[in-house]
Amino acid sequence: MTAPAPGSAFFGMLRRDLRIAFRSPVEVLNPLLFFVIVVTLFRLGTGPGEHGVAALGPGVLWLAALLATLLGLDALFRADFEDGSLEQILLSPAPLPLLVAAKVLAHWLIAGLPLLVLAPLLAGALGLGGESLPVLLLSLALGGPVLSLVGAIGVALTVGLRRGGTIVALLVLPLYVPVLVFGAQAVSAAGAGLPAAGALYMLSALLVLALVLSPLATAAALRISLS
Amino acid sequence: MPADSATATGAPSPLLEARGLTCWRGARLLFEDLHLSLTPGEMLEIHGPNGSGKTTLLRVLCNLTHPESGDVHWRGRALPEQREAFLAALRYVGHQDGVKFMLTARENLEVAARLAGAGEVEPALRRFGLESVADQPVRALSAGQRRRAALARLLLHDVPLWVLDEPFTALDEEGAVLMHELLAQQVGKRGAVLLSTHRPLARGAPGHRRLELGR
Repeated sequence: MTAPAPGSAFFGMLRRDLRIAFRSPVEVLNPLLFFVIVVTLFRLGTGPGEHGVAALGPGVLWLAALLATLLGLDALFRADFEDGSLEQILLSPAPLPLLVAAKVLAHWLIAGLPLLVLAPLLAGALGLGGESLPVLLLSLALGGPVLSLVGAIGVALTVGLRRGGTIVALLVLPLYVPVLVFGAQAVSAAGAGLPAAGALYMLSALLVLALVLSPLATAAALRISLS
Repeated sequence: MPADSATATGAPSPLLEARGLTCWRGARLLFEDLHLSLTPGEMLEIHGPNGSGKTTLLRVLCNLTHPESGDVHWRGRALPEQREAFLAALRYVGHQDGVKFMLTARENLEVAARLAGAGEVEPALRRFGLESVADQPVRALSAGQRRRAALARLLLHDVPLWVLDEPFTALDEEGAVLMHELLAQQVGKRGAVLLSTHRPLARGAPGHRRLELGR
């Protein structure tokens, strides 16, 4: 009896999810369009002029990124649950937290990484100066994966429920508070010429914590949801 | 592995054994104090009308669902204690196919082989007559072909235990004949099969037993 090599199972899972995503591009693009539209609407709603927009910019960008992540999260396990693939994943002899980590990484590559590409464009629209741009990208690179990892726990817990989507938002949004606070704070500080390192360190700490705990919690939640 | 080999004198020790299983669905009792055992070279057919708890029983025996009371043993030890060894020995095809519609049949099997740790994709595709459609997305296949793509997982590599939930659903005549052959082959190789049907299989094969639920 062969136990699968963990790396082979991990990359098999990662490739599977990336392939599926690239073959249904609309679902991939929706959260990104949402991100762009929310930021644009905010800019349109505040009217012409610069009164205070730059002060709100970091918070708005971070909030939009957070909501866009949440929008794409529900797909993480639901499709697999509905077609029975999740049973097959749970019955693999490979460690479930590892397979979960592969799925979350795929989700971040599809939904989180493109936000990094779009963020500089939108930062310009919000009047964020060039000096805060590197910090914005770094904060999204550190905080974005935390959003995916923490969200995965909520999605795993609610995957068996018919109206899981709204409950995921209620479960997960409070847990997003520290990421939002430190993320926006880092960008604001950089914009004001203050050191942003403190907030970035906190984001890094959150990332390490989520990387270690979230796959285990998500795996346990999936076992509960399927039983 | 001593548990695997049947001695000429004594009865072989069971691969899978359930003791005193009780399951409820909502307020309805599905089964109570159910005992069963499965030894190598045996096929146990779980038979019963719709809603009699066949799927639940299979999911309990695979450790996907937990019973209200009772426990399941694998090679003489409680299942949760050795989940990894059990899963490496198990191939499960549920009543849902568990194939991704956006991937081709070949890609689906490749993923299954990765998750199982090993497996030959091509022979499995050939045996189920899927070579000609292996590179089309499963979305474009018929229900019967999807079922074949799901069942082809059984042939990735030899495992001691097959658990099949209504394997004949959506299969055509030819597919059903093939499935019967594969079941006989698995039993002939001293593998064990646990399957549910609502239409009983022909009796008479050696090692074939039947369990009636919902009576």
